[in-house]
Amino acid sequence: MSNSEPDKATGLHSGDAKPGVAKVDPILKASNVTRKFGGLTAVNVEHVEIPRGAITALIGPNGAGKTTFFNLLTGFDSPDSGTMEFNGKSLSGMRSHQIAKLGQVRTFQLTKALSLLTVLENMKLGATDQAGEKILGSLIPQIWRKQEAEIEKRAGELLERFKLYEKRDDFAASLSGGQRKLLEMARALMTNPTLVMLDEPMAGVNPALTESLLEHVLDLKKEGMTVLFVEHDMHMVRHIADWVIVMAEGEIVAEGPPDQVMKEQAVIDAYLGSHQETDLGVVTGRIEVSDDGEDK
Amino acid sequence: MQLSKTRKRAVSVIAASFAAIMLLLALPVSATADEVGTEFDDKIFGNVKLDGESLGGVEITVSGNGYEASTVTGADGRWSIGVPERGQYEVILNEETLPEGIAVVEDGGPIKQVEFGLTGTVVTNYFIGEGERTAIGLWPQFFTRLVYGINFGLMLGLASVGLSLVFGTTKLSNFAHAEMVTFGAVIALFFASLDINPFLGIILAVIASGLAGLTQDVILWRPLRRKGIGIVQLMIVSIGLALTLRYVYQFFIGGSTSQLPPLGGESFKLFGSLTLSTTDIASMVISIIVLIAFALWLTLTKTGKATRAISDNSDLAAASGIDVDRVIRYVWITASALAGLGGILWAYFRPGIKWDMGEKILLLIFAAVVLGGLGTAFGALIGALIVGIMVETSTMILAPDIKYVGALIVLIGVLLVKPTGLLGTKERIG
Amino acid sequence: MDWIQILSNTVESILSPVTFAFVLASLGLAMHFGFAGLLNFGIAGFMAIGAYGYAISVLRFDLPWWGGMLVSIVAAIAFAILLGAPTLRLRGDYLAIVTIAAAEIARLLFLTNTFDDFTGSASGLFGYHDSFRAANPIPEGTYGFGPFTYSETDWWVRIFGLAVLAVVIWLLWALSRSPWGRVIKGIREDEDAVRALGKNVFAYKMQALIIGGVFGAMGGVIYALPSAVNPTVYVTSLTFFIWTALLLGGAATVFGPVLGSIIFWVLQAFLTNVLPALAQEGGILESLTSQQASTLRFILVGIGLMLIVIYRPQGIAGDKRELTFVK
Repeated sequence: MSNSEPDKATGLHSGDAKPGVAKVDPILKASNVTRKFGGLTAVNVEHVEIPRGAITALIGPNGAGKTTFFNLLTGFDSPDSGTMEFNGKSLSGMRSHQIAKLGQVRTFQLTKALSLLTVLENMKLGATDQAGEKILGSLIPQIWRKQEAEIEKRAGELLERFKLYEKRDDFAASLSGGQRKLLEMARALMTNPTLVMLDEPMAGVNPALTESLLEHVLDLKKEGMTVLFVEHDMHMVRHIADWVIVMAEGEIVAEGPPDQVMKEQAVIDAYLGSHQETDLGVVTGRIEVSDDGEDK
Repeated sequence: MQLSKTRKRAVSVIAASFAAIMLLLALPVSATADEVGTEFDDKIFGNVKLDGESLGGVEITVSGNGYEASTVTGADGRWSIGVPERGQYEVILNEETLPEGIAVVEDGGPIKQVEFGLTGTVVTNYFIGEGERTAIGLWPQFFTRLVYGINFGLMLGLASVGLSLVFGTTKLSNFAHAEMVTFGAVIALFFASLDINPFLGIILAVIASGLAGLTQDVILWRPLRRKGIGIVQLMIVSIGLALTLRYVYQFFIGGSTSQLPPLGGESFKLFGSLTLSTTDIASMVISIIVLIAFALWLTLTKTGKATRAISDNSDLAAASGIDVDRVIRYVWITASALAGLGGILWAYFRPGIKWDMGEKILLLIFAAVVLGGLGTAFGALIGALIVGIMVETSTMILAPDIKYVGALIVLIGVLLVKPTGLLGTKERIG
Repeated sequence: MDWIQILSNTVESILSPVTFAFVLASLGLAMHFGFAGLLNFGIAGFMAIGAYGYAISVLRFDLPWWGGMLVSIVAAIAFAILLGAPTLRLRGDYLAIVTIAAAEIARLLFLTNTFDDFTGSASGLFGYHDSFRAANPIPEGTYGFGPFTYSETDWWVRIFGLAVLAVVIWLLWALSRSPWGRVIKGIREDEDAVRALGKNVFAYKMQALIIGGVFGAMGGVIYALPSAVNPTVYVTSLTFFIWTALLLGGAATVFGPVLGSIIFWVLQAFLTNVLPALAQEGGILESLTSQQASTLRFILVGIGLMLIVIYRPQGIAGDKRELTFVK
């Protein structure tokens, strides 16, 4: 963990920090979004706005509807009701690839590094507006050779940044789990997105790689992108998130800067547990506590 | 509870011996229904048509000059019999192999005299026209079709519930299932050739079908499950098996249609135009009894309940102590036995047994199973009845040779609109 | 046993139009399954449409031979769109069932007496060769050497077939190396990942379906070109044979289907010649009729398909790392 705390964005909201609060510069807005499965209401969000240029965390207990809401925002699922806007453009009726073309890109909880392709091919797949991807254009190499070389150069740079350059000609299947996560993130960046949506980027990642991933996510903000991520790792959330949105049972129960949100009683009860800072062993009475106080 | 090693070995030995015995016994049953008289240069051939449409499964006998031979028309209505010398012959059409209520009334009836001219071939056709049919009203016709449809639907149901159960417990879309239907009919044919009581032959054939299912699970499906092969790969394996079995049948019974021995009994005229033979009635009764027995097994017995549990959620079922492999084995035996019985009944219904009859019915079985809901046996039964009735009643508006098209369109439609079928549970997304 | 004759017949089958047709169909299936992961079990249907499209255009509508081929291509495109529009979003084994059903419907419609005027129903279609033969630039005569001795008509068909084959192979190869091919490969493994990158997955799959379908239809045309259109040919067993050839050679490669088809047909030709001869000679096959000996080779195909899928799913030319069956 770098010694200096990352610069947190402030002043993102206008008004009190409560669920549905408007943002000064929202990149994504959603209103009255519902999604039901049979009798179960998975998502019921009255209003939420995601601030531009900041890192927002979406947290909540399992089954809170975070991934479902994610799928709704990215077009991988359609809501039963409600409106969603990205950069002022309505998303209703849009399919996932059309939303992705607008500048959103998402990663998946179960990493989707395409094993049948090499690392470099994975990266090149990410580039947008490729003339060679059209059926007729693909048959005439002259049309896409130049563009391909440019894409390859950019891919190489990104791979260097993510420390994957040596593996560029290996099949993605041969990468370790952590490397695949990095590849998925690097590939997402090839699309030149404005909003990067990460679905549990730290899931199953060892501590050393976590640092590296955190740095990359912070770099996204430095480059002017907006980040929305779903996570369970509270340390990560507290460390890099500028804004936190808490979901429970399909609804948003709290919003605000991380420190503030994590002190809210509702959030603690629903999710964090009241002894979040204390060792679980102490709480259950199995470990003797010295006079000095709790473990940190 | 795992089978002990000795019991496992015993099962494998039974399965392997069964396969070996089948191969050895069946070899001498040579092609009685091969292309007849191909060793001769001269031949008599022709067409049988009813109302302008080709009629398959009709038996033609040629006799004369000390020579007699028979064959059965193919689906295209054609037949061909080679003869040793050019001369005069009698060509006889076996009216019993015509559809119900049809007879050859035109000049001379079913027997024709032919004589060779200058060439080595003589053509003689049976064009059975409109005149022979008694005019039937629309509603009685519909009712007749309905009853035939139910009859067909019941035997289709016997064939289909097995496929549904196999899919439910193993997630395999088994393309070789229709070949088990043919298997029952072919084995019944074999037992019939041994001149034993036909009813005993049928029972033995059903048992043999069950054993065939057991053999499949022992030799093929369980080892592949253990290997962890994906469902698409397994599906293609089943396709390869279907191909193999189909041509094995052709190997043993040749290219043309064979018939099971008639079971006797008369025809009954019911409700005016409906003519049912005892065989038809027996077929329906047997189907209903067996299906009820099967339903009771599925709902009341431990294994039956375990089967439904595994279809629902195999991990949970295994975790609650059910021996999944063992139950799957019972499923394979039952599915194949039922399919075999369905095949025998179908052989009496068509009438006739042909090496590729499985190919014809495969898609209908899928239609029934998909319509009712993949994985539920009751769904397969309901789907089969609907498909059977639809196929038979559609001949009132469609030409008979495209009556299956309706069922196929339903199959595609269901998969598009509600792939879980009528009774299937909707899969939760995510 | 006349081994020289047997070998001669076997080798000659490499240049047979039937072999070419088979290669074309398996290249089409390679595009569908090997490249795009579409479980198309109705490839025989595309072949039927190609053959009937050509014959009906020439016989009933008096089109020249190249007009007939254009009609076949257009018909294949239409069939692909009709088939694909509702079904491309179905998961694997459902798509397999739907494609078989669609091909069966097509075959039954070609076979029925209802359309006998156009399709010839059970008799099929024949006698459409004049236009194509008139375009033959080769002067009359017999050319060639050894088993490859043909008349000018036979050579014309073969040269044309080879030309079509060359174009199709080039197309497939060019597409596989292009960015378009890259997207298709990605789609095969995981559609959602490709969607998330902004690609219209449905459009790509449809393009693959159309291209492969056109290849299959041309296969049907070449099959029928020198002979006749016979409805008993385009049955599901044909589709299964093509799948066997494809998997044998290597589904996800360009030359795999060519290799697999050639091996398949050469083996078939060999066995067709050898088995009946063995049955007559004596030995283990003595008790079989020549009919049965012929059926034996199809039994071997079925067993071969099972063995390939279980033990070497990537085929001869395929790379084990490139999973043929993405679970």
